[in-house]
Amino acid sequence: MTTAMVRGRARHAVAAVWAVLFLWGLVGVVQRLTAGHAYTAYGSYVPWGLWVSAYIYFIGLSAGAFLLSSLVYVFRLKDLQRVGRVALFVAALTLGMALVSIWFDLGHMARFYEVFTRPNFKSLMAWMVWLYTAYVCLILAELWFETRCDLDTFARRGGPLAPVYRALALGWRCPESPEALAACHAQSRRWLRVLGSIGVPLAVTFHGGVGALFATVAARPYWHSALYPIFFLTGALLSGGGLLLAVVAGLDIVSEEERARIVRRLTRFVVGLLLFDLVLEWSEFSIPLWYGVGEELDVLKTVLFGPYWWVFWIVHLLMGAGVPLWLLLRRPGDRRAVAWAGGLVALTYMAVRLNLVIPAQLEPALRGLERAFVDARLVFHYVPSLHEWSVVAFIVSTGAAVFYLGMRFLPLVPVRAEEGGA
Amino acid sequence: MRTLDDAQARAVRAEESMGTAMVQGEEGVRAEAGALTDRREFVKELLAATGGLAAWMALRPEDAAAVPRAARAADLLDRPEPYPEGNLLERMRADLLRALQKPVHERKWVMVIDLRKCIGCKACTVSCIAENNLPPGVVYRPVVEEEIGEFPHVRRRFIPRPCMQCDNPPCVPVCPVGATWKRADGIVEIDYEACIGCRYCITACPYNARTFDFGEFYGEGTPEVMDYERRPAFEYGKKWQRAPGRDGSPVGNARKCHFCLHRIENGMLPACVTTCLGTATYFGDYNDPESLVHQLVGSTRLMRLKEELGTEPNVYYLV
Repeated sequence: MTTAMVRGRARHAVAAVWAVLFLWGLVGVVQRLTAGHAYTAYGSYVPWGLWVSAYIYFIGLSAGAFLLSSLVYVFRLKDLQRVGRVALFVAALTLGMALVSIWFDLGHMARFYEVFTRPNFKSLMAWMVWLYTAYVCLILAELWFETRCDLDTFARRGGPLAPVYRALALGWRCPESPEALAACHAQSRRWLRVLGSIGVPLAVTFHGGVGALFATVAARPYWHSALYPIFFLTGALLSGGGLLLAVVAGLDIVSEEERARIVRRLTRFVVGLLLFDLVLEWSEFSIPLWYGVGEELDVLKTVLFGPYWWVFWIVHLLMGAGVPLWLLLRRPGDRRAVAWAGGLVALTYMAVRLNLVIPAQLEPALRGLERAFVDARLVFHYVPSLHEWSVVAFIVSTGAAVFYLGMRFLPLVPVRAEEGGA
Repeated sequence: MRTLDDAQARAVRAEESMGTAMVQGEEGVRAEAGALTDRREFVKELLAATGGLAAWMALRPEDAAAVPRAARAADLLDRPEPYPEGNLLERMRADLLRALQKPVHERKWVMVIDLRKCIGCKACTVSCIAENNLPPGVVYRPVVEEEIGEFPHVRRRFIPRPCMQCDNPPCVPVCPVGATWKRADGIVEIDYEACIGCRYCITACPYNARTFDFGEFYGEGTPEVMDYERRPAFEYGKKWQRAPGRDGSPVGNARKCHFCLHRIENGMLPACVTTCLGTATYFGDYNDPESLVHQLVGSTRLMRLKEELGTEPNVYYLV
């Protein structure tokens, strides 16, 4: 069997898996839209479940990818120049996935606009929505400045997609003469630097803010920790960095030489962040556990030794930290190993998010409340239903499709070397 | 709203007529009353009250709603017969009617629950469900049960847990759209038409006192969802009609106890207070020094849940 045949088969297998996920997801979305929350497994005592976890997971990926893109546009890190656009695109895409996740989670999806029309700025959630909106505008503006000349070039080439490119470029036409073109690129770089500089504190604020959204809830001792905003930021950079590493090492988007350089740089980031993340986690767990007293104790024991102990030990620690660290440190030159390591870091971070959102809600506010009223929705227990997973499958498969189409048809790798942002 | 007012006015009068009977009934069992009522006398009065109620049902005055609320409260207060000495329910009703004559911001509704008197019958839980037509997954006043000690010295303790109507409510500032707030009279209200259903308030409540309406019915999966489940609720003085599969509020909203605001504003005690078998739940205006609750909050047996959080609950327990 030739390599081409193997590749062809692998492609078909991926397409088949995607189609199954998407169709299953579609069923879930139709159920969600017609039956509301009827098929969800969360209840009144564990009100936040898989969709909220997915939301903070995707939003973390977005913030991480964006902050890495700022290394290119703000801090002018030459090594990563060629993947700046991909980072921005991933940031925009995962942000969209996050917002769709949380939108499906709302009791009244049609009322989401109220956060704009009647915001309560005491609420960190209202702040989040306003900051996301600013962030969306900023990412789209950055992407436009980055790709407008290439989009124009694509549009000029003609073909069926020419009107799409023209529309995405918002009608922008690059000047013809070399001097004017150079001036145009210089203008783009200036704007990118300005926007990126605004974006860094914005991304830090909103993702630290997502941590604060949980940390400010005094009713849940497990969340009520000053370390949370920092933990969230580290997690964002780590998972976003892992995802980019997987994309760069796993896909043929840059030349061999460029890839080696980018992978080396990203590997250093990911390893450093992974170790820092583990230190924070040690802090978060060891302090309340040390003397074996305190409010958080039961929740932490549930995470470590409860029925879902394997989510922490196997999925998170082994697959999300141990294996990637081993791969990145022992086989740094192996492209496949690095791609797997990045992918594992990014994917298994969902376990951290689930372990963050759900256990805090498993403890009754008053001992005995769990037996006070017998009702399937009034229990301190939660395992996501298949319906909830199906909606996540829809979000992931749609995101994957948009990513594929973007990488295939959009100028996400600069056409000409001189058009790179930095 | 006219229909609602009519219904409420009728309920006030019905409760008034039945009150006499209940008063007599309670007198018979109350140790504090000191003397046993003559059974024949009691039956006579009960029949008279029933007859009065039947006569009133036949001649329902349709213009009851036209009487202003404060005036109605005053009428009820100035009834020729004062509440019988020792009848706590009647005393609380008189306290309530007195409070209603004041402007809203001068009232402060509080609840006191005597844990030594609570027998764990859960009549309050059930009456609350009936009053507010609560669906599966939603409960405003569960009764938490605790077993203390070991055989042969075992005791059970029951802690009814309504919304604490905190003075510093953690559920209010978290709402991203300001759909929940602290009223001037102390009750934490939810605007069902504004709530987006994000459930942040549910996670923020340190008493698990908020629940979510998933749009379900107890009768689902059985041959028929009964009509009583489809009846509207009148929370916050508005008519709320849930329907299967409909995304209409309060489906998709956070829901919680509101001390039966729609009842108290119309001169009736909260459903849980009226139905408590042992009169273990007291309700009234703390700003009125003459009120029963003001007197009870001065007890040395007083306790509040999770006071260390600084939420300043307005539900007190006598332990």
